[in-house]
Amino acid sequence: MLAHSDMLFRTLGDPTRRAIFEHLCREGEQTVRALTARAGVSQPAVSKHLGVLRRAGLVLDRQDGRQTHYSARLAALAPLIEWTSQMTGFWHSRFDDLEDLLKRMDQ
Amino acid sequence: MNETALQTRSVIVERDFPYPPEKIWRALTQPHLIAEWLMKNDFAPVIGHSFAFRADWGAVDCRVLEVEPNRTLAYSWEAMGLQSVVTWTLTQSGTGTHLRMEHAGFRQDQERAFQGAGYGWQQFLAKLAGVLAEAE
Repeated sequence: MLAHSDMLFRTLGDPTRRAIFEHLCREGEQTVRALTARAGVSQPAVSKHLGVLRRAGLVLDRQDGRQTHYSARLAALAPLIEWTSQMTGFWHSRFDDLEDLLKRMDQ
Repeated sequence: MNETALQTRSVIVERDFPYPPEKIWRALTQPHLIAEWLMKNDFAPVIGHSFAFRADWGAVDCRVLEVEPNRTLAYSWEAMGLQSVVTWTLTQSGTGTHLRMEHAGFRQDQERAFQGAGYGWQQFLAKLAGVLAEAE
């Protein structure tokens, strides 16, 4: 779970990739050309970012003739949404260990 | 997935201990003691000090933001590409201490401490929440 979250956070940590993903969330399926027109970077750069997003499971690609269409996979955001519950579990168990330590410090 | 889930990025854990704040402060600020309950580290209770927590799954990069002995300790917490802030508050209650830990991803009043990544995330999640709300 941590490894997957790590990839997700790193993937969306890049502002250009985040903007591309956000645009796909907002506008639905888009071609590389349409995304390039908005992204303000070259088409090869957009394609590279899309590749990273695809490997992280954040976008799906669909070939249609010579065009590749990309769409956002919102389900892939689940680990990010679960950050709060993951961290709650983490800190509760750390508090347990702190309590044990404090008991030992008494002795 | 809903708007609330996207906007609530804060974890609070509180517990009462039958010990004075001074003792808990030591457990929170002495590296060899911190290692016993949290992670290995090179912490020092000095504002601006950069340090890391290390575990077998990776490292957390931190910087000390606030030190008020026996009362408040805060450090930035950067893990998994997400920058957040951990704040410890100790309040004496009778002979014991109420310990509160807040791990906040996106606190408005800490925004200046985030600058880059944290701020970008906040905007991103806020926008995304709007998109999802419209889609529902």
